[in-house]
Amino acid sequence: MKVLVCVKQTFDTEAKIELKDGKISDAGINLIINPYDEVAVEGGIQLKEKGIAKEVVVVSAGSDKAMDAIRTALAMGADRGILVKQDTAADEYARACALAEVIKGESPDIVLAGHVAADDGSSQVPTRIAEILGFPHVNVITAVEIAGGKATCTSEADGGTQVTEVSLPAVISSQVSWNEPRYPSMKGIMAAKKKPVSTVDAAAVANKVAIVSVALPPSKQAGIKIEDEPAVVGAKLADWMLNTVKVEVK
Amino acid sequence: MAGTWVIVEQKGGNIRKVTYEMLSEAKKWGDEVSAVVFGQGVEALAPEFAKFGADKVYVVEGDIFANYNTGAYVAQLAAMINEYQPNAIIFAHTFNGRDFASRLAQKLEAGLATDVIKANVSAGKGVFTRSIYAGKALAEVEVATVPVLATIRAGVMELAESAGAGAVVKPAIAASAADVYQVVKDFIPTVSARPELTEADVVVSGGRGCKGPEGIKLVEQLADMLGAALGGSRASIDSGWLGHELQVGQTGKVVNPNLYIACGISGAIQHLAGMSSSKFIACINTDTEAPIFNVSDFGVVGDLFKVIPVVCSELKK
Repeated sequence: MKVLVCVKQTFDTEAKIELKDGKISDAGINLIINPYDEVAVEGGIQLKEKGIAKEVVVVSAGSDKAMDAIRTALAMGADRGILVKQDTAADEYARACALAEVIKGESPDIVLAGHVAADDGSSQVPTRIAEILGFPHVNVITAVEIAGGKATCTSEADGGTQVTEVSLPAVISSQVSWNEPRYPSMKGIMAAKKKPVSTVDAAAVANKVAIVSVALPPSKQAGIKIEDEPAVVGAKLADWMLNTVKVEVK
Repeated sequence: MAGTWVIVEQKGGNIRKVTYEMLSEAKKWGDEVSAVVFGQGVEALAPEFAKFGADKVYVVEGDIFANYNTGAYVAQLAAMINEYQPNAIIFAHTFNGRDFASRLAQKLEAGLATDVIKANVSAGKGVFTRSIYAGKALAEVEVATVPVLATIRAGVMELAESAGAGAVVKPAIAASAADVYQVVKDFIPTVSARPELTEADVVVSGGRGCKGPEGIKLVEQLADMLGAALGGSRASIDSGWLGHELQVGQTGKVVNPNLYIACGISGAIQHLAGMSSSKFIACINTDTEAPIFNVSDFGVVGDLFKVIPVVCSELKK
């Protein structure tokens, strides 16, 4: 069985966002694998360790910098990488088209991806890939069992937890609580340098959504700050809640 | 080309508030507004949408629509779009809503703006504001395809009642059992008397300062006095005191309640991204230098173990 994992390179979640010439500046920003995708990589490697998957292929669409994300996934234990060179301004549609084109050529049994990226927060690309490929898709999974050509997934759902079964091949997108991604070992990092990574150019597809402008949200001003005996500050906080916020007490 | 469609979010006849928020918002766009409801036995809900201005209510009923499933819902809605040619369709940015909208958008080879917090739609042109980097920045995007597609974040659009005709339309059923490719084996509802994080008016969250389940219990006590949702920072989730579904922040949920109370949360940038857009923010923290004070309208320097019991007893008065 072949598992293909889509990873996106994103800013570190601790990064402070600044603008330069009306665009988000990446100066001095530490780049990481999108945390949701990192969980998908770990999930793929675990399927291999369990003997369910034979090969784990990592695919990333983006600039040359995304090679670092691929190398990190290889250091964790993925077998092979594909960098799909694409303008980082590609929208969700163009991104999905580019990835799906490459995925088609690989004919995987399972496509894994994070259910959302920590940067644009769109949560569209895995679903769009599934539609292009004509695969079933299960979103936001926290556990999966693969057996008999089927995937049985536990996922976070609106107002509860859902268990869904789909036939393979399928796209499965991960919630961060699925697993705890491993840190690459020194041995893994050395081995990753020798693992094959191919580079292809993305299919030329026009965006369907245009970014008009980017801005920083209005910064929240600090208000009252008090320090005193618990009986005093507790009473003042309760008073503020009742009279300024006007909360209802149940 | 005619009208804006609002995709109803309901389960077992319980309509999510975000549905009414979307109807209220769509009314502002000046086009005809229709609610589109999928389910089983949902025609009876039509008058509820009329209260928020729905001129029409498209009722899609059948066994295969009883619960959300991507295949049948997308096949049906795509056929309806083809027949009725709406100008814009908005969905709730819930797990189901965004899955539905994304798969539909790709089927139509169309653009989609997800998790929208502000909208400006007219004559088949849609400009939307969405938060990116979990609220650390805002992007204004234009969806260049028709129908304009977007998913709307719960709790941001203002409710406004207005009388609509609510005329029921029953479109032809175009989806069949063959379109259903996900088999739902089980659904375990979250057993909680508390409201959901993303829909709550008040959210009370606990962090590292709770030190363990004892501290979380105090946070819960305060939450329950206010009918609030319970949340947590990454520290309390990673320590196993709270489930991941309760995490507020960049790798958790983004919330925007009327009041957010951070207890024992220092306010790492990761966490601030998930709650800074709350209308009022209060915090209780022993560290007077904690960044959470920079975004708090009311900050208490103190020990939550001592302060929360006082707040609770004062509120009881």
